[in-house]
Order: sequence, then C-alpha cells, then structure tokens
Amino acid sequence: MNNTTRWDTLRPYVMILPAMLAILCFVIYPVFYLLKLSFYRYNLLNKAKSKFIGLDNYKQLFSKDEFYVALNNTLIYTVTVVLLTIVIALLLALLINRKKTRFNAFLQAGIFTPHIISIVSIALVWMLLMEPNFGILNYVLKTFGLPTSKWLQSSSTSMLSVILVSVWHNVGYYALILLAALQSVPPTIYEAAALDNASRFKTFYKITLPMISPQLFFVLIIMTIGSFKVFDTVRIMTGGGPNNSTSTLVYHIYEYRSNNLGYASATGIILMVIIAILTFVYFRVLANKVHYQ
Amino acid sequence: MNSKWRYGVTGISVALKSVVLLIFLFPFVWMITTSLKTFPETMIFPPKLLPALPQWSNFVTAMQSGPFLTYTKNSIIVTLSIIVIQMLVMIPAAYAFAKYKFRGQHFFFALVLLAFMIPGQVTFIPIYLMLADWGLVHTLWPQILPFAANAFGIFLLRQYFMQVPSEIIESARLDNANEFTIMRKIMVPMSIPALATIGLFSFVSHWNDYFWPLVMTDSTGVRPLTIGIAMLRETEGISNWHIIMAGNVVLVVPILLVYLFCSKQIVKAFVYSGIK
Repeated sequence: MNNTTRWDTLRPYVMILPAMLAILCFVIYPVFYLLKLSFYRYNLLNKAKSKFIGLDNYKQLFSKDEFYVALNNTLIYTVTVVLLTIVIALLLALLINRKKTRFNAFLQAGIFTPHIISIVSIALVWMLLMEPNFGILNYVLKTFGLPTSKWLQSSSTSMLSVILVSVWHNVGYYALILLAALQSVPPTIYEAAALDNASRFKTFYKITLPMISPQLFFVLIIMTIGSFKVFDTVRIMTGGGPNNSTSTLVYHIYEYRSNNLGYASATGIILMVIIAILTFVYFRVLANKVHYQ
Repeated sequence: MNSKWRYGVTGISVALKSVVLLIFLFPFVWMITTSLKTFPETMIFPPKLLPALPQWSNFVTAMQSGPFLTYTKNSIIVTLSIIVIQMLVMIPAAYAFAKYKFRGQHFFFALVLLAFMIPGQVTFIPIYLMLADWGLVHTLWPQILPFAANAFGIFLLRQYFMQVPSEIIESARLDNANEFTIMRKIMVPMSIPALATIGLFSFVSHWNDYFWPLVMTDSTGVRPLTIGIAMLRETEGISNWHIIMAGNVVLVVPILLVYLFCSKQIVKAFVYSGIK
C-alpha cells in the first residue's frame, strides 16, 4: 500500500520528466553556458587554451562600429516591417471581412500561402523578381514609366527590398488573425452605431479599432520580437551587404560564431536582453488588460 | 442611384481583391514557369511568362547537381522524428499539468513558458558546442533533439486536456485502467484536433527550417533540402535561375500539396496559435 501511494506522488513528476529534461538541456542550461562563453576568449580548436577575459567582449562590442550598424539596421528593419505589416494586414482584413463569399475564402487561402512556404524559396524567387537587368519588377516599373531600381544590389535600396519580402511573407498570417478579431466583434454594436448615423470612418475609429486592440497589440509584440531575430532573408538575399547595409544582430552573431565565439556570445546576450524586455512589457500590458476587463 | 453606387463598390472591391491575389500568387507562378525555361529564356527583356518548350530536364539537372536524394531523405527523417518525439514527450507532460496537482507544478509550467521565449538564434552557439562534446555533430540528432519539448504544443494540449471531464478519468481508474491506458484510450482520442494542429505546425516549420540546420551541420551527409536548395546558387552559378527555380519547386511542392488538402486546418492551426 505504501508503495502505491509513493508511486502516486511520484507519477506526475515522471510524466513531465522527458519534457523537463529537454527544456533543461536545450533551453535553461544553454542560456547559462552562453553567459559564461561571453566572458571568455574561446578557442574552438583547443578548449584548454580558452581564456577568461571578464567584460572584454562587451567592451569590444560597444566600441565596434559594425555592432552599431547591425543594431541600427535591426531597428530600422523592425520598425518598418511592423508598421507596414500592421497597416497592410488591417487593410486586407477589412477587405475580406465584408462578406463570406467563395472568392473571399479563396483570397484568404491565397494571401496565407507565402507564410507556409520556406523562406529559402521565398528569398530565391524574390531575388529573381528583383533582378536589376531582366527582372519582372523592373519591367513593371518601366511599363508604368517609372524609374527602375537596383533593388538588392545597391546599399540605398537593399534594406527596403529585404523589408518588402518580409512583409509579403508574413502579412497574410497577420491579416487572418486580425480578420478573426474583426469577426468576433458583436454585430449589435455596429447596428447601434448605424442607428446613431455614425459615419463609416467614425465607426471604424471609435468601435472597430478599440474592439480589436488586444489582437492588434498581440500582433505588434509578436512581430517586434520576430523582427529582432531577422536572419534568413538577409543570409540568402544579401549576405549582409552591400556594404553592411543589411547586416542585422543575428547575422552579426552568425558571422562571428566561429572566429570569435566569445564575442558572438556577448552579442547574443544583448539580443536576449532586448527580447526579454519586450516580452516583459508584453505580459505587463496584457496583465493590465485582463485586469480592467 | 443607390444600387448603381453599390455595383460600383462591388466592382472596385472585386478588382482590388484580384490585384491582391495576383501580388500574392504571381511569384509562385513565376517560380514554376521559370523552372521550365531554357537559360536564354530567363534572360530576355521584356520577360516572357511561358517557355516555348517546357524543359523538364531542368529538374534532372538540379537534382544531379548535389546529393539531393540524401537531402530529401534527411528532411523527411528529421521532420518525422521531431513530430513523433514531440508527441511522446508532450502527451504525458500535458496530461500531468492538466489533471494532476503536485508540488512545484507552477514552477515547472513556468519553465515551459520560458522555453517559449528563449530564441534559438542565440542559444545555438552553446547547443552546438554541447552536441559536439557528445560527438553528435555528424548525425541528424542536432536537428532533432533540441526540439524534443514543444512548449507551444504542451501549452495548447494542456488546455484541451483540461476540458476532458475528470469523471471519465475517475471511472476509468475504477475499472482498473492504468494511466497509460487512460492517455491512449481517452485523452488522445478526445484531443485529435489539437494534436493534428500541433503536428501540422511542426511539419510546416521544420520542413521549412533554414536557420537551425545551417548552424548545426558541417557536412553534406546530414544537410536537409532547404540548405541544399539554397546552395544551388553556389553549385549552379548565381544566374542559372531556371535550375535554381527547378530545385525550388521540389522544395515547395510537398508543402503546397499538404496545403491544398488541408488549407482550412493549417490556416486554423496558425491563426489559433496566434490568438490562443
């Protein structure tokens, strides 16, 4: 009898053990390991030659132009992607929201398609479309009598080109989240607004926007955190260039991962702190929202 | 007057929607038609949509330019292994979190939520060193093991399990069913939609993954399809777009097929993960 009760108390721990082991191994421990690495000059070939150097990696980081360029690029990328995506996603959601027709269902599936395709394919296709000499985007610009662009191959337009691809890749997903939010607004509220002869713009501004604000906020945070981690498009489409114009934080980490592992780790810690702050803000605001409801 | 205005609005909205659809689907059409062109046809300006004669041999060239059989096999093994391992790890954990009360429960669940937030783009450095120490770098394990615990999955499945009435579980226990049987015969069958959602999600994200295999693999023998396709630019030359697009089609088709058959579930899965 005693044996069974002991087993009863133990059982839930056994059930969560595999999950906890995996999280310990691949999430918790690596964070501390990363912190330790950031204080070392690490020698990949001969571990014994690694040397503790205190805060030197961080000092190096904050005195390096390249780091600030990467940080700056990441900020520009994040702000632009988030703003463009939210505005376009909202417009798309409003466009689809009007009626439940077959065409709208098809449209939903259509705008969502890029999101489930590998970024590798997306990046390669857009590189072809953006080819400066025979690419179809320049052809379209020419047809409309507009000046053509060098897209990814000029440092003045490369970042904008990467941003364009990211927005295209993800906007459908966010549009569908916002669409679900729009459809959960009770129709009675709109009927009341119509009785009051409220204008379309006013209804949108005073009713729709506040009603979907929790989802808008969610989308904002998820997108901001995701954008800070941008890497794939940059690696495939530009390799950080031309002239470091598209180098981002994660790309910076990636570039230094074998030559200067300690330095890359220190950059990783900085990125993690930024993401932790964003997540904290998210939960803070979310907790307040739930509280006031 | 009013009805005329209405027709106008409908017309504009249909036109607008068609343009939107074109913007989102045209790149895929272009990918497919380019994959069937000859090299000179890819360089014509103004560009032409269709090739004079479909060049099916582009696919052969693309697949022979590297060990694509190995890449494909690796992609399949990695993706399927991740899904199976995740299910085995996730189901008992979610069951314990949903239906048991035990000391430290909140602490352990907080760890799961924490795992959500730590980005792999940062922890890949120590994880790589760790797996190198374990001597696993030249196997497929570095692409599988780190994903054993699916935090989002545990979270979602726990919600589902909590909705299963405890009376059903109690009466099964009275019938001398053990906990394993309860999971297999009650919890899992009652949560098929959630499990399907999580499985689809894992399939799409790991089949498509580029970053993780890029930083975890050093040798061709363990690389997946995404890396192989991205490398086509190096092996086939930057301007051989017809070959690169052929490889691209091979990478995209399995996902598009799955999407064609269950676009509703996939859209639901992704949107649900966003709303909770």
